[in-house]
Amino acid sequence: MSRIGQTFNALKAHNKKALITFITAGDPGKGLTVPLMHALVEAGADIIELGVPFSDPMADGPVIQRASERALANKVGLKDVLAMSAEFRKSNTTTPIVLMGYANPVERMGYETFALAAKTAGVDGVLTVDIPPEESLGVSDVFKAAGLDPIFLLSPTTPESRIERVAAAAGGFIYYVSLKGVTGSADLDTEEVARKIATIRRHCELPVGVGFGIRDAATAEAVARIADAVVVGSRIVNEIETSPEDEVINRVKALVQDLRRGVDAASK
Amino acid sequence: MKLTDLPDARGHFGPYGGIFVAETLMAALEELRVEYDRARNDPAFVAEFEYELKHYVGRPSPVYHAKRLSEQYGGAQIYLKREDLNHTGAHKINNTIGQALLARRMGKKRVIAETGAGQHGVASATVAARYGMECVVYMGAEDVIRQAPNVFRMKLLGATVVPVSSGSKTLKDALNEAMRDWVTNVDSTFYILGTAAGPHPYPMLVRDFQCVIGRECIIQMPELAGRQPDAVVACVGGGSNAIGIFHPYIPFEAVRLIGVEAGGSGIASGKHAAPLSAGTPGVLHGFRSYLMQDGNGQIIETHSISAGLDYPGVGPEHSYLKDAGRAEYVAINDDEAMAAFHDLCRFEGIIPALESSHAVAHAKKLAPTMKKDQIILVNLSGRGDKDINTVAKVAGITL
Repeated sequence: MSRIGQTFNALKAHNKKALITFITAGDPGKGLTVPLMHALVEAGADIIELGVPFSDPMADGPVIQRASERALANKVGLKDVLAMSAEFRKSNTTTPIVLMGYANPVERMGYETFALAAKTAGVDGVLTVDIPPEESLGVSDVFKAAGLDPIFLLSPTTPESRIERVAAAAGGFIYYVSLKGVTGSADLDTEEVARKIATIRRHCELPVGVGFGIRDAATAEAVARIADAVVVGSRIVNEIETSPEDEVINRVKALVQDLRRGVDAASK
Repeated sequence: MKLTDLPDARGHFGPYGGIFVAETLMAALEELRVEYDRARNDPAFVAEFEYELKHYVGRPSPVYHAKRLSEQYGGAQIYLKREDLNHTGAHKINNTIGQALLARRMGKKRVIAETGAGQHGVASATVAARYGMECVVYMGAEDVIRQAPNVFRMKLLGATVVPVSSGSKTLKDALNEAMRDWVTNVDSTFYILGTAAGPHPYPMLVRDFQCVIGRECIIQMPELAGRQPDAVVACVGGGSNAIGIFHPYIPFEAVRLIGVEAGGSGIASGKHAAPLSAGTPGVLHGFRSYLMQDGNGQIIETHSISAGLDYPGVGPEHSYLKDAGRAEYVAINDDEAMAAFHDLCRFEGIIPALESSHAVAHAKKLAPTMKKDQIILVNLSGRGDKDINTVAKVAGITL
């Protein structure tokens, strides 16, 4: 079983929900990513999503767009992200890493070359935002063969008839995008999300994580009550953007500790 | 499978095209695919589209024998397909009418569009006014400056123009932003994509709406010149005017199809917008095609004097036609396009768009290599009024 599966099983055994935290690799600086990853874990993150910078992040809002631009200005590409993952693995062999990004950098490297390199670097899952299952024929098989979980999105606009097809291609967990829109969008409606999750569970046995619109302990708690995992991205990246460089780690830690309290409050 | 039967059911032109978007847009694209399939088989839809092209756009656009220019270039006879004479001054309106009629069928009251040179933005604002829809146009902040007259036109037509300041502040960034708007307002909004690119079914439906250009030429050329041309030349940014004239000519095997990309300061300089000439396949904006990218798969900045060609990708069908060897693709530099612009002004009394000037410039190179009784048909995709500020600036003149 993959690290992602083990993590969800261990949490379930303790009646806990997962906290998944996102940062963009290379933001705010090349040397800060690995220390930030460790800080996320220390503060209570169960899974780390590491954003692979891309020049045209079509599905992202302004906060993550700017993070991507900063990372690219720091000359961070897919190979650097893999190196960061390998560096993190030297002292952490348990926390799953999910790479999140767009198709083209992976396509450029070659799917098989990438899959082997990612596995070697200690990566556990891959989410390419702009490769839906229809275009992933072969791709998700390549990932699975290398021992990587292909993570796929479901959204409020996904018809029920599609859920099974997406689930069949997916591994690790399902990422339910709670809102129509880009990352960093407005508030979410937890009742609506709960209804959709119930539908998803009818067609899919994988754990369901919910992202988009989670910004504090209260929203994290509300989502943790209905989902298996809470995914937080833009709020953390915003904290990185607004912190002076020497305070980044501590401020991100404080934020994630707060989110952790919210997630844990849901299982009390 | 014949070249004319593409794309396949999932939007692929061989390895190119497809649907590379985030999950939230999948249902909307499927809805569009289904509705377009119904519409194109609905005689009432086809009749209304044709009525609008005739009475609102002014089609058919003429083919014109540019005799003085042909004499000047000294070789093959040059004929111009006058898309510049369409209402709003370019071929773009053919597509926006088709998509606006689709939007109306689907009950969408709000349309959005991206634009580079502003021609597609103007054509979108025009049809939005014509059919009573709200219109928002995304335009790179740099393009807003260099295409100021078109920005004002869009506003006169009632559209909201949103300058986009992310990335390189040009067409690709406008497209990113339009996609972000669409993903947020997908229930109420129809995205009028301006070129034969993007996720399926856009490359197919934009091509279909633009094919009126080539279909008219196939009738007009024998009437005017006694036969079909030896070569058809069109500029290629995203590639909608080119695919519109190429596609109907694909079965005419004796007709060479030549797409002209923006060579900017020259291919060797790296400052250009010529993915078919100097790029590699990749995935951007929802489809796979030749792209301008670096070794890490990041999209690199493009350079062209012509905002409408300043795009790092190209419609997937062009990538396929290139690999299949059915169409050839070349690049024309800024200065060559500028010289052809002036040629057409002075020898024919036609001020062409800088985009179309690239096609004219290639005809200038090609004509002397051909016999005097041979024929080059150039798609004059748009008029150049919008470009006079750019041309004046190059000449060091302040208007």
